[in-house]
Amino acid sequence: MSIDAIDRRLIGATQAGLPLTPAPYAAIAQHIGLSEDEVISRMQALQHQGVIRRVALAPNHYALGMTANGMSVWDVEDSHAHDLGAAVGALDFVSHCYLRPRAEGWPYNLFAMVHGSTGDEVETKRAQIAALLGAHCRASDILYSTRILKKTGMRIKEG
Amino acid sequence: MRLRRDPLPATALDATDRKILNALQAGFPISSRPFAEAGAALGIEEEDLIARILNMREIGAITRFGPFYDAAAMGGAFCLCAMEVPAARFDEVMTLVNAHPEVAHNYERNHRLNMWFVLAAVAPEGIEQVAREIEGETELCVLRFPKLEEFFVNFRVEL
Repeated sequence: MSIDAIDRRLIGATQAGLPLTPAPYAAIAQHIGLSEDEVISRMQALQHQGVIRRVALAPNHYALGMTANGMSVWDVEDSHAHDLGAAVGALDFVSHCYLRPRAEGWPYNLFAMVHGSTGDEVETKRAQIAALLGAHCRASDILYSTRILKKTGMRIKEG
Repeated sequence: MRLRRDPLPATALDATDRKILNALQAGFPISSRPFAEAGAALGIEEEDLIARILNMREIGAITRFGPFYDAAAMGGAFCLCAMEVPAARFDEVMTLVNAHPEVAHNYERNHRLNMWFVLAAVAPEGIEQVAREIEGETELCVLRFPKLEEFFVNFRVEL
């Protein structure tokens, strides 16, 4: 996977979002001095390479009534962590699922973000994960967000 | 873009808006007239689709519209970090943390580790540098939870 300086400019020009005009890629092209065709072919290539995961609209879960979300965390046996992580990620209410290192005072290695309309719904879903993990899970917790302190999306310097 | 955490009134979105949200979470074309193309699949005129996305952005129903980049695929890096911030210092520390452009998201959570944020940088060294800067500025420990493995998810908000 390789990206060049022009790709970086393209990323810099689009990472805050697409212009809401009939030909958004032409608008970006004009902004950074490329042709529309080149912007489109480069973005298609970036998507093919996985640099762009998708071009899409991200709903605001909170505004749409999915007001409860919890970061569920699990201490799962290392020998089963890969398979169990894949199973938890496949649940349709889990939006992010990762293995991460444990830390001092933090025994949890599996992180799964659970969304729901109410706290009760999130707790029900958490119980489903607990049932799935069974005896391979030694401890768990769930952290609820109480405030968004910053949310800007990723920014990289234009190069 | 404005952030809202409170649910929109039920009347804020009509059936067409919901159809757009459901469809465009999955993907949006990279083509010369993508709104016309996406609209055709949904039975919505290009102009109407643009106006509706503009409106949904304005009222806070969507948080982002555009390409989602994989920082790791670009040679960049992400790292989830957590801090235990004394209540009396919370606002001060939040200001120090948020001042770094590498801080992409920051949430307050109901746990001993009460501040959770994501660092995004062009290179892994950037993550370490910012984490150390934050530790120096706040005189608090920044726990690093880099992802070891990411599991495929197919989460969607169905409206």
